[in-house]
Amino acid sequence: MIETDILIIGAGPCGLFTVFEAGLLKLRCHLVDSLAQPGGQLTEIYPKKPIYDIPGYPEVLAGELVDKLLEQIEPFHPGFTLGERAETIEKMEDGRYKLTTNRGTVHAAPVIAIAGGLGCFEPRKPPIGNITDFEDKGVEYIIKDPELYRDKRVVIAGGGDSALDWTIFLADVAEEVTLVHRRTSFRGALDSVEKVMELNETGKIRLITEAQIVGLNGNGSLHEVVIKHKTAGEMNKETDHFVPLFGLAPKLGPIADWGLNIDKNAIEVDTFDYSTNVEGIYAIGDINTYPGKLKLILCGFHEATLMVQSAFKRIYPDKKLSFKYTTVNGVQGFDN
Amino acid sequence: MSDTIKITVIDREGVSHELEAPTDMNMNLMEVCKSYELPVKGTCGGMALCSTCHCYVQTEHELPEMSEDEEDMLDQAFFVDDETSRLGCQLPINLELDGLVVKLAPESE
Repeated sequence: MIETDILIIGAGPCGLFTVFEAGLLKLRCHLVDSLAQPGGQLTEIYPKKPIYDIPGYPEVLAGELVDKLLEQIEPFHPGFTLGERAETIEKMEDGRYKLTTNRGTVHAAPVIAIAGGLGCFEPRKPPIGNITDFEDKGVEYIIKDPELYRDKRVVIAGGGDSALDWTIFLADVAEEVTLVHRRTSFRGALDSVEKVMELNETGKIRLITEAQIVGLNGNGSLHEVVIKHKTAGEMNKETDHFVPLFGLAPKLGPIADWGLNIDKNAIEVDTFDYSTNVEGIYAIGDINTYPGKLKLILCGFHEATLMVQSAFKRIYPDKKLSFKYTTVNGVQGFDN
Repeated sequence: MSDTIKITVIDREGVSHELEAPTDMNMNLMEVCKSYELPVKGTCGGMALCSTCHCYVQTEHELPEMSEDEEDMLDQAFFVDDETSRLGCQLPINLELDGLVVKLAPESE
């Protein structure tokens, strides 16, 4: 069991900065995030986009800001549980919270700070009526183990890097690879696009453009996909697997079931300390809502700073807390 | 009110909403829809990085050409119509758009 003072759900900018402000109060933090790397949307969606409203930075790339935040919190040795989704929270007998991830990792802390941004990033599922019937029975949204496709027939849909990269990779593994894409052009890396074109010309894969998968058939497990071409109409194609790769989209996910007051996909908080309706659980950054809320990194930093003061009082009700400036005291990190 | 234009947004239930949009506020169609509390999420804040403002343009207005970002995003979206699909956040409100009619695309998740 991983134990800490503040368990932060979400390793985006707001969650990361919480580690710094908590560290100044000698509180330890551990972050849980469903993505494989810290940074949240900034690294997952727009690492190369500039941000212009971080005080003191006339312009900073999102990815750069995350790197700087990681550097800033390094003295406080935060723990990370990455690539796992916070699934359930329960109160333990000693008053602390126990948080379990979808992979069964257990954490315990007296305070939980939800800095979940837009929610967990999950694969976009194409709107094919019966697609959920075939999940893990021939339909996979993420390729975890390419060996699953060895000597099998695979249909991949999508036009981005992951669709291209997996098409190239599986060309050598699977018996047959078909890539289906809505347009004739691809947005992925140029050399991947060229490689796919070459594989198509040499017959290693089959590329079908201006087409979409509109139906799935099978009895218990997937047997064929229905491909709809812009001009040629519909055709059925037998396959063992269908892998739609349309990127990730955020969803509130299990947080919605934790008994918190939620308004339009956001957690209601008290702006005094960003506490939720459940004692010891706070919500900061884009995931919270209150009158006048603005979804800005800047505001998330402010919320994190006020929140840890309240968290300190919950963890150490009898201890006096004196507010200190870093300019006067410097940053005293943890030794281990 | 010469700096205001009229836009019709047909929601997912087929109901038409007549909106008045200012042309001097640096707004885009997604933001106008949100300000009228129409069911447009605008999750990414207007960076063409989600497709929650996906709509079908019903009129023949001259629209700004699609950026690569917008094309890319529509590639990941569903219910895309090659002729009429656009992201609302990529349509800046200007006088030329007076009388524009758009239909909101279905929500895909």
